[in-house]
Amino acid sequence: MISYIIKRLLWAIPTLLGVSVLVFSMVHLAPGDPALVMLGEHANKEAVDALREQMGLNKPLLEQYYFFITSAVQGDFGTSIISGEPVISEFADRFPATVELSLVALTFATIAGLFAGIVSAVKRYSWFDYISMSTALAGVSMPVFWLGLMLIYFFSVNLGWLPVSGRLGYEFDIDHVTGFYLIDSLLMKDYAAFWDTCKHLLLPAFALGTIPMAIIARMTRASMIEVMKEDYVRTAKAKGCTKAQVILIHALKNALMPVITVIGLMLGTLFAGAILTETTFSWPGIGKWLVNAVNQRDFPIIQSTTLIIATVFVVINIIVDLLYAVVNPKVRLS
Amino acid sequence: MKKLLLATLLLITSVAFAAPQYGGTLVFGRSGDSTSMDPSHVTDGESYYAATQIYDNLVQFKYGTTEVEPALAKSWSVSDDGLEYTFKLRKGVMFSKTKYFKIDSEFTSKDVVFSLGRQFDASQPYNKIGGAFKYWSAMDMTNIVKSVTAIDKYTVKITLKKREAPFIANLAMEFSMILSSDYADQLAKKGKQGDLSKKPVGTGPFVFKKWRKDDKIVFTANKNYWNGRPYIDRLIFKVITNNAVRAAELKAGSIHIMDFPNPAEVADLGSNAKIKLVKQEGLNVGYLAFNQEKKLFQDKRVRQAICYAINTKGIVKAVYEGLGKVATSPIPPTMWSYNKNLKGYEYNPEKAKKLLAEAGYPNGFKTNIWAMPVARPYNPNGRKVAEAMQADLAKVGIKAKIISYDWGTYLKKSSMGEHDMVLLGWTGDNGDPDNFLNVLLSAHAAKEKPAQNRAFWKNAEFTKLIDEAKVITDGAKRTKLYERAQVIFEEEAPWKPIANSIVVEPMLKKVHGFKLDPVGKRRFKEVWLEK
Repeated sequence: MISYIIKRLLWAIPTLLGVSVLVFSMVHLAPGDPALVMLGEHANKEAVDALREQMGLNKPLLEQYYFFITSAVQGDFGTSIISGEPVISEFADRFPATVELSLVALTFATIAGLFAGIVSAVKRYSWFDYISMSTALAGVSMPVFWLGLMLIYFFSVNLGWLPVSGRLGYEFDIDHVTGFYLIDSLLMKDYAAFWDTCKHLLLPAFALGTIPMAIIARMTRASMIEVMKEDYVRTAKAKGCTKAQVILIHALKNALMPVITVIGLMLGTLFAGAILTETTFSWPGIGKWLVNAVNQRDFPIIQSTTLIIATVFVVINIIVDLLYAVVNPKVRLS
Repeated sequence: MKKLLLATLLLITSVAFAAPQYGGTLVFGRSGDSTSMDPSHVTDGESYYAATQIYDNLVQFKYGTTEVEPALAKSWSVSDDGLEYTFKLRKGVMFSKTKYFKIDSEFTSKDVVFSLGRQFDASQPYNKIGGAFKYWSAMDMTNIVKSVTAIDKYTVKITLKKREAPFIANLAMEFSMILSSDYADQLAKKGKQGDLSKKPVGTGPFVFKKWRKDDKIVFTANKNYWNGRPYIDRLIFKVITNNAVRAAELKAGSIHIMDFPNPAEVADLGSNAKIKLVKQEGLNVGYLAFNQEKKLFQDKRVRQAICYAINTKGIVKAVYEGLGKVATSPIPPTMWSYNKNLKGYEYNPEKAKKLLAEAGYPNGFKTNIWAMPVARPYNPNGRKVAEAMQADLAKVGIKAKIISYDWGTYLKKSSMGEHDMVLLGWTGDNGDPDNFLNVLLSAHAAKEKPAQNRAFWKNAEFTKLIDEAKVITDGAKRTKLYERAQVIFEEEAPWKPIANSIVVEPMLKKVHGFKLDPVGKRRFKEVWLEK
């Protein structure tokens, strides 16, 4: 087991190196002098020179890459050109917001998706099956930002039930302990803030979770239908198991294998989706921050954050592989 | 008699009604977050919004205008040679106390020496911290300021390397804001110099409380503000990136003022019973420059013909969606010395054809128009503007090809003079006409490449007027010179000015006292909320 984990971690190194080369070259080979783009119409020679020097653009590309990668390995991800702050502390400020939103969205997507998938599979060709599967199709096809705006117009502007945007009402103020407002508000015993956080989470989590939910639902349904045909399910039924036992213990556990892979990969998709969702709902996470950085050509932020996200992605994949073994002992970790 | 009584009563109530009220929290919804609380290191408007609440300058723009008035300096005098500026500082102004800065610290000359000096004096420890001082170099201050010295506690002398009247307006800009040297020392002792850009201390109308990145900044009123306390108790800047969502927040009443509405949404917002619109022309101009390095455009008649051939009224209507005003001068109408008597070139294809024939092009010619690839405040859609111009020019026989590059390349190539005609514009920095006329149109700005003068227009008379206005400090005399320069501009037509954008700020009707500053500031000291 340990050697397996170590092997997987070693494999991650070339992957991450590849990512770093790719991001670095994309950022640096993009046309137009970044110093000029940042200064716009106001660029004069002196200001451009000062900025180029600060950005390290005077040095050869290879040297710049070497510097970037050796610093990153030592945990130094550079400083933002725009704000002058270390990238890692700026990242740490915002990452919990994205994680909180993504996890809530994923929880919602998993519960709703599994439920819809299982019921649709068991009651195949029923009205529930048709409705949930066509809803799922609609869910996959809907762009997040459009859905987000529609939700805002309906629930926040017209009905006035939920807040329009943001993470917490301005009248609340909670200390950053974990950075997760759901937890921090409970730690402070500020239940009003907790409730306000929940209300703020509802719409963005729903918007962000729709696509994963739809995929999980369809995946679960297909996988369940497949498994329900297996001999061991028939055996279980024959030996007198209740319907719930057959579905939840015998069928579902086996049907979950592909679904778990999808959920794992989905967490990556969620981070990507978070970029759009965060922009729509003004969610103060890394998505919105990264979009800003791209617009302003803040190299260090783009390079380092992509590298960090890639690392997170690789780690999640390893965890998913390990989960396989937990769900299905037949899978050997070798 | 009864009528008179009633009228008096009405008058009294309406006056009482209009009297500003104290108290309340105002939430300002904006499109992006600040990047830093140190105004000398950044160049973005969002950072300046926050800095404007926290800090003061030696001099400031009078609320809603481009005129400079005293602020932390209560007066100043200029030596006869125009090289020495002596500022008398306001006494008894205190830096606001916060959780992280608890000592009594009075604003004195050492704070001025620290704040300005660190931007060019390499011997100051803070010169090396936080990266380049971009705006200091962008405004050419390195070549203007020789030294900043404290004469006594309340007197500061700034010595210049050359005579430069607009220098005083530069001191009203954000990069010249005054930070506390005591606070900087306190941070240096703890080795936390970086906090200067995160936890600000200033003398301004509001006191910084909290900054949640990409979410909100909280300020409270500075009750001891030297210029009288603000009306509101608390000010919150909320970041709402999406324009449509920001408008939704305003409609829902969860914010009081919103920045940058979608042009298409302005009418809808204006028709809302709870919302009003505050409008003003922006301190910018969009233009089409004719490259006089190309032989074709050296003939004044050709340039004038193109000016007559282009229907700017139509363009502004179609592309700016009502948020633009046809421009006639290279400087915007909100700027002092704007020449109201310029008529501009009306749309007149017949006159254009006649001038072309006189210049020897009765059948027109082939040329190119460069279209900006990005939306800018002064031109929301370069491509559409270029297409409209292309169609207008075709009517007088001129076949113009539209060319575009990515933004960085566009700026670079046009500054090297590779274009025939180029669309570009300018947003004013310091509210001084020199910042438009000298930077964009003088012969100096076309001398070396890359050049800001995209027309490569080198008019000796125009440049002489600008040079003269740059070194005298008498406002009235400067105005005369700039007005004359604008007349020459109109006759010589190095550009076809297109439009000045109109800035619209939608807000709840219960918000009073808000004015848009031409220099792009958002100030809240005079703003009050009706209860």
